[in-house]
Amino acid sequence: MEHMNANQVQNKMSTRIRKNSIAKGLFFLSTIFGLIILVILLVRVFSQGIGWLDWNFLTGRLSTDPEKAGIMGAFLGTAWMMLVIIPVTFILGVGTAIYIELYAKKGRVQSIIQTNIANLAGVPSIVYGLLGLTIFVRLMDLGNIVLAGGLTLSLLIMPILIVSAQEALRAVPQELSEASYGMGATKWQTIKKIILPAALPGILTGSILALSRAIGETAPLTVLGIPALLIPFPEGLFDSFTALPMQIYYWTLDAVLTEEYAYLAAAAIIVLLGLMLLLNSIAIIIRNKFQQRL
Amino acid sequence: MSPEKGINIDPQTKASSSSNNKKVVYHTKDFNLWYGDNHALKDINLSFNEKEVTAIIGPSGCGKSTYIKSLNRMVELVPSVRTSGVISYSDKNILDKTFKVEDLRTRVGMVFQKPNPFPKSVFENVAYGPKIHGIRNKKVLNEIVERSLRGAYLWDEVKDRLNENAYGLSGGQQQRLCIARCMAIEPEVILMDEPTSALDPKSTLHIEELVQELKKEYSIIIVTHNMQQAARISDKTAFFLNGEVVEFDKTDTVFTNPADSRTEDYISGRFG
Repeated sequence: MEHMNANQVQNKMSTRIRKNSIAKGLFFLSTIFGLIILVILLVRVFSQGIGWLDWNFLTGRLSTDPEKAGIMGAFLGTAWMMLVIIPVTFILGVGTAIYIELYAKKGRVQSIIQTNIANLAGVPSIVYGLLGLTIFVRLMDLGNIVLAGGLTLSLLIMPILIVSAQEALRAVPQELSEASYGMGATKWQTIKKIILPAALPGILTGSILALSRAIGETAPLTVLGIPALLIPFPEGLFDSFTALPMQIYYWTLDAVLTEEYAYLAAAAIIVLLGLMLLLNSIAIIIRNKFQQRL
Repeated sequence: MSPEKGINIDPQTKASSSSNNKKVVYHTKDFNLWYGDNHALKDINLSFNEKEVTAIIGPSGCGKSTYIKSLNRMVELVPSVRTSGVISYSDKNILDKTFKVEDLRTRVGMVFQKPNPFPKSVFENVAYGPKIHGIRNKKVLNEIVERSLRGAYLWDEVKDRLNENAYGLSGGQQQRLCIARCMAIEPEVILMDEPTSALDPKSTLHIEELVQELKKEYSIIIVTHNMQQAARISDKTAFFLNGEVVEFDKTDTVFTNPADSRTEDYISGRFG
């Protein structure tokens, strides 16, 4: 050995290995930190809420008596809103992504649009609330109905979906579209039959993230003036409504006066988490189905 | 390396004098192409006969791929491409903006450098072309798929797995599937852009044999960086260098008695 001194190598060896273990430990700790907080939160929510989570709570109407109060109204409000949010966001968002990524000429205009969409994804949700209040509630005079709330939340998550759909479209190998064009397919045939199916799993992953964000948003709804105390159930897109996160918010506020409301809030959080899991699993099932077909 | 006059020995006269009885399918006249400011193809004059194999050889970056992609206007997928001159196919100028590119690509199929089957079943890959052109009849589709796969000598290997994903095939099989997919639209010309560069020697041999068979029914233009391959399978050879056609003649002549010293340097391996 000319340059590699065996002793020196041996001396350094244990230090190097120790440093490796330290690095591993640090990264493990940072992972564990977040997880522990999450577990504490879940344990508290479940221990407080699970006892209140009965059939009456799930199906009941809102009531001043905590023992009788139920969240069916808020649940229906959230569900109706999803019926607006999912199609509106998906169609407009994916449509926009397809236009920017596949049709628009690459140039100044396209890059300006692109930068703005990326910036919109970072705008605070309360600003979207003001936007919704101005346009849907006031200008279009819809009032604080399901449609107005749904459209507002659609706008809020649209940039997230557009950006992730664009990434998914861009990830489709160029060779595949070339093969399709090479056989005389039009652009639309190529998009419909080759690009979209290949990009769909990625687009759905983006949709899951965006939808989870929408379902838990409270701030824009408060700005829209969505009431928390609402006895009748919403029966359509043009009804007044309240949503699960709104209900949770107000019950948490009321807990200062009556302790039981805290437990109601916890129980409602469990329902909200359950709903979120359900929507995510549906999206994942659809995604896996498409991935298998590929 | 100054571009002397007379290097582009008028390709048409030379080529057609050797085979007067064959019809010309493609005719390129004074064709120029720019990528932005980069003058990639300079005054190309070439014509191709039907039912012949024409090889295009040349070092990397000489413009041979750009040229073959111009023949079905695939090159337009690159932004900032400009062209001048004429490429006529069946006596129509395909560079004319009113010419329908979809029509051209239906009559001129293409096989690419890397096997690029769709992430679909073997059957769906071959049926893709006929389907986009409106053929829905299941029986007709079955017939087309079987005939195309047989034509590409792939039928026996895949007949029991038509519904399996094409990604499960080997690289060589995938490339033959791409050729079958191309044959399914019953083109008149097949363009091949270095179709064996990603394949092992055995699969390469398969493809080369296939090209010899296909020649009976199709006109084939094949870009290759493998000179032995050009010598083995082609009737005519065009040698590209720095965006120009240095030499275009019968393959025998190009390889045994090239007119230009640069052609000789290239085929004897002195550069490239």
